Amino acid sequence: MVQYAVSRLVWLIPTLLAMALVTFLVMHATPGSPLDPVAEGANPLSPEAQRNLAAAYGLDKPLWEQFAIFVGRAVRGDFGNSFVYKTRTVREILVETFPVSLFLGSMALALAVAGGVSLGVLAATYQNRMWDYASVTLATFGVAVPNFVLAVFLIVLFSLVLPLFPTGGWDSWRNWVLPTVTLALAPMGIIARFTRASMLEVIRADFTLTARAKGLSEVPVILKHAFKNALIPIVTLLGPMFAAVGTGSFFVESIFRVPGMGRFFVLSMTGRDYPMIMAVVLCYGAFLAAMNLLVDLAYGALDPRIRY
Amino acid sequence: MALSTPASGTDARGGSIPPRGLPPEELRGQSPRSEQASVGRAATGSSSLWRDAFRRLLRNKLAVGGGAVVILLCLIAIFADLLAPYSYTKTNFARLNEAPTRDYVLGTDNLGRDLLSRMIYGARVSMLVGLGAQIIVVAIGVPIGALSGFVGGRTDLLLTRFIDVMYAFPRLLFVILVMSMLGAGLTNIFIAIGLTGWVGIARQTRGQVLALRAKEFVESARSLGARSGRLLIRHVLPNALSPIIVAVTFGIPEAIFTEAALSFIGVGINPPTPSWGQMVGEGQQYLRSAWHLCVFPSIAIAITMLSFTFLGDGVRDALDPKLK
Repeated sequence: MVQYAVSRLVWLIPTLLAMALVTFLVMHATPGSPLDPVAEGANPLSPEAQRNLAAAYGLDKPLWEQFAIFVGRAVRGDFGNSFVYKTRTVREILVETFPVSLFLGSMALALAVAGGVSLGVLAATYQNRMWDYASVTLATFGVAVPNFVLAVFLIVLFSLVLPLFPTGGWDSWRNWVLPTVTLALAPMGIIARFTRASMLEVIRADFTLTARAKGLSEVPVILKHAFKNALIPIVTLLGPMFAAVGTGSFFVESIFRVPGMGRFFVLSMTGRDYPMIMAVVLCYGAFLAAMNLLVDLAYGALDPRIRY
Repeated sequence: MALSTPASGTDARGGSIPPRGLPPEELRGQSPRSEQASVGRAATGSSSLWRDAFRRLLRNKLAVGGGAVVILLCLIAIFADLLAPYSYTKTNFARLNEAPTRDYVLGTDNLGRDLLSRMIYGARVSMLVGLGAQIIVVAIGVPIGALSGFVGGRTDLLLTRFIDVMYAFPRLLFVILVMSMLGAGLTNIFIAIGLTGWVGIARQTRGQVLALRAKEFVESARSLGARSGRLLIRHVLPNALSPIIVAVTFGIPEAIFTEAALSFIGVGINPPTPSWGQMVGEGQQYLRSAWHLCVFPSIAIAITMLSFTFLGDGVRDALDPKLK
């Protein structure tokens, strides 16, 4: 297992390098440059000014050299200055915004896991009855409908029709409710679907029959015998769910005006903020890869049948 | 499982899909009811697998409902010019951000344009992106996956490594990156989705081809002297088709979602061409004063996504009943 973990960690390095390279190439291979005027239709900078700025930011060097410099600095955690927020370094911005996104994401994940697992268990226990249909409907809705559309529905329902929560902001817990729910619904749907399928399989298994045969009542059969075993495959879902919550946060953060990383990401993209784009993509990729690794290791620890 | 009655499911449920490379007598022998199944003619070819699958699909009410909405949306997209009461660019500055009235059934936007007309034209963008992007995705993904699985060896290793790296990339993030670099526009959306979307289908095709390559019917075709190209195209790929079709039916709503998301943050479709995602994005700032701007396109997106999901679920269950 240690060997497996180490080899996965080692593979992380070329994967991240490749991601950085692809991002770098996409940024530089497409028309347009950060030296273009930010406002549309504004006068372009004079050629001398452009040359001086390019030299100041190191954009005049050959591409391979720029990439090498970037990698050399990034290894030490230095991503340079932001092109858009010129007085701040990328690191400062990330240190400030990443915890907000992480907090929102964790709340959403917790809600998704708690809600999804309960819905799935209910659906499987009462298969083809009302609870089942209700949870399957909610799950399908959560999976199929994009989160910015869900956000609109939730705002209309819970801010305008029933003024329970504010439409945006990040000051008190009341502001946290709607973004968390919006972000949680899609992964909740996925978890509910899988839990249902997994529970149904386990409920039909021989050991559940044995538990019933020895006279246990329904609740311990479901919770102690079936649920524990059904939970194992659900752990693998957590990997892709981090991705769902992560990318979802771009939209949710900008709708609910949450001061997280997602909002900066979209702004940096359109502003051709090269250092910021590289940093966000790598940060996100590394986070996802680390989470996937953790999930795989946890899976091996939970299920003794898995060998690496 | 509950949706397919045992009687019709037996042919395909036995585990492997009846291979198409077999002589036709064998295939006919497997489906005693093929003469009844005149409904299935519409499905690809005439083999019993497709006919059975189509019948199973027709029995699934949610899938039929989803399919009906999808057909309706396609018709709306095709006949947008006839259906829309106004042009999508026609402004009426006397009536801005107006709630639904008799003149403007779904109200007007912040430039006084008819919301209903803009939504009808928006269907065109969504359908175009959904279908067009999938064609590109299949055209890139299937050959790469098939090649990787069929040739094997170093080619396979190289391609799978590349696929793995692309897979590690957060997809939506990459699409946003490509789009903001290329600039907004329909062609660029095709490029962006095509560049990122082929990975999943390539993986799937590779897995299928790898499994099928070792099957007896491929061996027998090879021993009869079939060359690699013929083996792959005539014997292996037709049998790998149903998972690919399932992947495509789920890929369409994903592409529609991607376009809506891109347009929502302003890097998708170029205005004044209307797109539902863009309308939600722009209407969102008027949510308090003019709720209809945001809500109607949101409903359109939700209905479209749900219909395609129901249809996709139905197609999956119909083509592979043991998955359910």
